[in-house]
Amino acid sequence: MTRVSASPAIALRGVRKSFGPIVAVDGLDLDVPEGVCLGLLGPNGAGKSTTMRMLTAQAVADAGEVRVLGFELPRDSKRSRAQCGVVPQEDNLDVDLTARQNLEVFARLYRIPRRERGAAVDRALALARLTGRADARADELSGGMRRRLLIARGLIHRPRLVLLDEPTVGLDPQVRQDLWTLIDGLRNQGTTVLMSTHYIEEAERLADTVAIMAEGRIVAEGRPSELVRRHAGAETLEVYGPPARLEDVRSSAESAGYRVRRSGPAVAIVGAERNGGLPHGERRAATLEDVFVLLTGEEGG
Amino acid sequence: MRSRLDPAAIGGVMYRDLVIFVRYWKSRTFSSVVEPTIYLLAFGFGFGALVAKVDGIDYVEFVGTGVVATAVLFSSAFSGMFDTFIKRKYQRTYDALLAAPVDPGDVVTGEVTSIALKGAVYCMAPLLVAIVFGLDPSPWIVVVPVIGFVTGFGWASFGVTAAAIVPSIDTFNYIISAVITPLFLVAGTFFPIDTLPGWAQGLAQINPLYHTVQLVRAAVFDQWVPADLWHAAALLVFAVALWRIAIWRLGRRLID
Repeated sequence: MTRVSASPAIALRGVRKSFGPIVAVDGLDLDVPEGVCLGLLGPNGAGKSTTMRMLTAQAVADAGEVRVLGFELPRDSKRSRAQCGVVPQEDNLDVDLTARQNLEVFARLYRIPRRERGAAVDRALALARLTGRADARADELSGGMRRRLLIARGLIHRPRLVLLDEPTVGLDPQVRQDLWTLIDGLRNQGTTVLMSTHYIEEAERLADTVAIMAEGRIVAEGRPSELVRRHAGAETLEVYGPPARLEDVRSSAESAGYRVRRSGPAVAIVGAERNGGLPHGERRAATLEDVFVLLTGEEGG
Repeated sequence: MRSRLDPAAIGGVMYRDLVIFVRYWKSRTFSSVVEPTIYLLAFGFGFGALVAKVDGIDYVEFVGTGVVATAVLFSSAFSGMFDTFIKRKYQRTYDALLAAPVDPGDVVTGEVTSIALKGAVYCMAPLLVAIVFGLDPSPWIVVVPVIGFVTGFGWASFGVTAAAIVPSIDTFNYIISAVITPLFLVAGTFFPIDTLPGWAQGLAQINPLYHTVQLVRAAVFDQWVPADLWHAAALLVFAVALWRIAIWRLGRRLID
């Protein structure tokens, strides 16, 4: 389904938010057009979660403008929340309730008409692949099942916009693959998705557009391949060796005008396709990880 | 973000409470009914042997009507405090609700209405026990659940406010010892307040529980006096004021 719409699903302009002396979001500008899956990628502490909370008015910006689905927040946030599906980073399922009851509560909260509620709950259970465990209490489900239930809960009312905050953090690889399939399905249906993550692979696989966030603002935005080309070029050279040698490699490459980053036990020289005065090493295609580390720093959050 | 009452959101919050109540009604009902009944039996028969009548009423009946207020206080203030604290801090239930089209006002209104409805039912337990021991109530007993509802609404809001303010669950000990216990003892439940010194009688006038006790006795014994208008007004003001304060404090706590 294509929707012709002049305004983006999410529009943030000059948004700021501090907690006491800590500036979490510092002049953020971001547009998420309708029908796009945008990955908000940044290290821990970059301000991603605060940004996500501002989109449901669970945090109120100190300055700037927040518009979601055309509604101005926080004033009209209730109307925008009615059309948003939110999957929080922290599991906040009702542990006393069964999978089905968890969904029934939210079917009501999202104002699904009475005669459609049963079908909506069944559909969400099927989406979470929990039809057989519908009457198990949430605290009897495995971590992966709970995550799927949490996602299905946010989708029960077929929202126009889905907000996923670190959807696969702390899960094992099988469960992550599973959730990626689920999220990819949403994207294919044309639902607008904003997903925050600090996993580069997750953003690369799922997002049409990636916005890299560091220290409370967006430092780069574009399609993953475009970001790689623009910020890291074509090739990266990885040089292995003892620490003292790596220091030498690093300083000589830097003085030759290359950008260099640490890459595990190696030193990665970015833009190696220029090919002048480089030591021997392993050449590989530049990745989004190169961009991420170059733009957000090596220290991490 | 001022908002009007939103029946769909409040109904959703109360539906959740109902599902949980259906699961736990036995233990909840047990503690809410048995505790005031023990007070009734202990004081009614313990002191009842020494004090035959108070204000022309059999002591067992005096306590049986007084303990109605205690039943509501315990069931609603403690639910408001502990359940709200656990849901906000440990289960993060309120974060989930506020991400849906639900505002803090809807959360508070739904929660305290659910608690107040339970209070309206539980408050009848001591009266039923007293009836077994010979209380012969007037038809006005039918307004007791209404008094119980308003009282429960106020005390549940008090509990939610406390849960929004305290940093840890241990802080509730201060509130229970310094606020709830004195109010519960100086409410005319076990002894009439006119035996107290003047300053304590003055304090009783600002004790919402005292107004509940007076209204319940007026209803059960059909002894209405003009002062009951003051008691009713005071109780309503208490309930509405605490409800607004609870919305304000929980909103401040949940929204950054």
